[in-house]
Amino acid sequence: MRLLKGGRLVDPVNGRDGAFDVLIEGDRIARVGHDISAEGATIVDIPAGLILCPGLIDMHVHLREPGQEHKETVATGTAAAVAGGFTAVACMPNTSPVNDNAGVTEYILKKARDASLARVYPIGAVSRGQLGEQLADIAELRHAGCVAISDDGRPVATALLMRRALEYAGMFNMPVIEHCEEQTLKGDGVAHEGLHAATLGLRGIPGEAESIMALRDIALAELTAGVVHIAHMSARQTLDAVRYGKARGARVTCEVTPHHFAMTDEMLGMPIPYDTNMKMNPPLRDAADRDTMLRGLADGSIDVIATDHAPHHYDEKQVEFDRAPFGITGLETAVSLCFDRLVHREIVSVGRLVELLSTNPARILGIPGGALAEGACADISILAPDLPVVVSAARMRSKSKNMPFDGWQLRGGVAATIVGGRTVYVNDQVNLRI
Amino acid sequence: MKKDLLGIADLSQEEIYLVLDTAEAMREIAQRPIKKVPTLRGKTVVNLFFEPSTRTRTSFEIAEKRLSADTLNIAVATSSVLKGETLADTAMNIEAMAPDMIVLRHASSGAPHFLSRICRSRVINAGDGMHEHPTQALLDAFTIREHKKRIGGLKVAIVGDLLHSRVLRSNALLLTKLGAEVWACGPRTLVPPGLDRLGVHVSTSVDRAVEGADVVMMLRIQQERMQGAFVPSLREYFQVFGMTVERVARAKPDVIIMHPGPMNRGVEIASDVADGPYSVILEQVANGVAVRMAVLYLLAGGAGMD
Repeated sequence: MRLLKGGRLVDPVNGRDGAFDVLIEGDRIARVGHDISAEGATIVDIPAGLILCPGLIDMHVHLREPGQEHKETVATGTAAAVAGGFTAVACMPNTSPVNDNAGVTEYILKKARDASLARVYPIGAVSRGQLGEQLADIAELRHAGCVAISDDGRPVATALLMRRALEYAGMFNMPVIEHCEEQTLKGDGVAHEGLHAATLGLRGIPGEAESIMALRDIALAELTAGVVHIAHMSARQTLDAVRYGKARGARVTCEVTPHHFAMTDEMLGMPIPYDTNMKMNPPLRDAADRDTMLRGLADGSIDVIATDHAPHHYDEKQVEFDRAPFGITGLETAVSLCFDRLVHREIVSVGRLVELLSTNPARILGIPGGALAEGACADISILAPDLPVVVSAARMRSKSKNMPFDGWQLRGGVAATIVGGRTVYVNDQVNLRI
Repeated sequence: MKKDLLGIADLSQEEIYLVLDTAEAMREIAQRPIKKVPTLRGKTVVNLFFEPSTRTRTSFEIAEKRLSADTLNIAVATSSVLKGETLADTAMNIEAMAPDMIVLRHASSGAPHFLSRICRSRVINAGDGMHEHPTQALLDAFTIREHKKRIGGLKVAIVGDLLHSRVLRSNALLLTKLGAEVWACGPRTLVPPGLDRLGVHVSTSVDRAVEGADVVMMLRIQQERMQGAFVPSLREYFQVFGMTVERVARAKPDVIIMHPGPMNRGVEIASDVADGPYSVILEQVANGVAVRMAVLYLLAGGAGMD
């Protein structure tokens, strides 16, 4: 038994925000309350200023295993996750082979058990091989442990297939997570279409490439009463589409990444021109898009913050901009960016941040967590909102270092991460004995 | 000057004038019986071309030779690059042989910036993707100044494929820096969104762009643009945007007509315009050597010319 005393507990689901004690017994939360005394419990003093909250859940990561272990493995990816304050991640199926069958799902889950760090919830493919032709064996995927389906990396190829996916996955209460991109409009674009792409001579991707597909999917969610979750939203038009869908009662939710609320396409030209660590899909958009995302986070129309953690090997990024793969890592910088850019700038409250990073992902995926309820799994993130952080790519636990935040100075970070009652990460920069 | 010449974007007005003034001195060398000075003797210049180019590569090579540099041409077919070595590895291997300068032509925008980050050698951008072609803009400015005695206050119309053109970007940057009024004109499908925020007038009307122009600069339209549904046909392109004698008549009487080459006669420019009295297209080519000599000389430190 361990009794966590002190600190500020933030649990929006149970309406708690203040000084509460948490008693952990085995892998469960035994009690949450004031002045708990428990015979025989080890008392852990949480320094004032730290925040205890339900374990953070990143519902959009790429762990790259099986098949691309040179970029990341389940072990290194979950090490990065817990160092980033995440107690659980949902991993996308675009591995090699694609996670479109129980064999791959079970393999990922076995690797996760071996690593025994963050919980891993696999996301299965919508279509066999993610080829956009036949549906994958979705019931089998569900049975093996998948919590959602997605053809992430690309959109579900046709409106008909998306309709069928929404209908079919609905039987198993699985959302369809959609990478929205009208592919002919995207073409061979590599950057947001606008001033900076024009200046740098990069092929553009308009925001409408995203919003057109989001509108298709929202219409199909209405048609089928299916559940669609719009991944890594970047364009203001897409948020308008989501608001439109929600107003009509469509079962649509959406997420935004830290890089899309923290950066704009201006960074393609500076400080390092054509930095391939600024290349991701969807691309960094302009200031109006970024501001729209901030407003959506503030007003509640955005449901989730997810990282789209996309590790790539150094060699793959050390090439010409248009030849580099899309994607950046994000697990270990998300909390710092959220505090620095959202909480300290009073865009969102800590309670709202917990909803975005824990409560809502748990609800959308239908997985445990998202609240610190008595009897629930003891998945707890301990955050240090005022910790000065200097991001160091070299010190990241992820196998890949492809991130644009190297050297950034941010306020806020992670103190410790507890999964199933077990401390799986403690930040040595924080005075915490746990 | 800085270590590298990556684009006009990095040059100040003073640096641009310095190149143009230096080029005046360089041009005189071409008129000598022995067209060679020892300025870059002992310097090694590698012309690293990942795209086919006749004019630019030849122009650089002649410029290098007239300055007595040891030159080396490496033409890399893109296909063999795809099979094997990365640009970084190719560059590092060349770098290991200690050249002084690398002249790079590459299909990817930003390739010279990438090279400049990993190489100690000076890098000269000889055209990168859809981004910049700084020596072309400098030789164009040199040619314009020679004819008009100034650049500030001139109306310059640039007509053609604005989206894919590095010549447009470098010229727009340079000419606006020197105070010219730049009109960029082309089909709406070939205008990159955001271009209007770069200080140029964007128009889809050739007549408006050319009206009263001191300089008309034509850009090449490539055959493959038909596939991307940018324009329906070359025939229609010529009808709407082609530079004809009638359209040239809307410009100032002393207009000069420019083209960076290679030309598609009868597509973006009528032959009687290309070969007409106001055409300075071959002068551009001649001036290219002098301007590139100036750039090589200035980047090498500007010593030994006085």
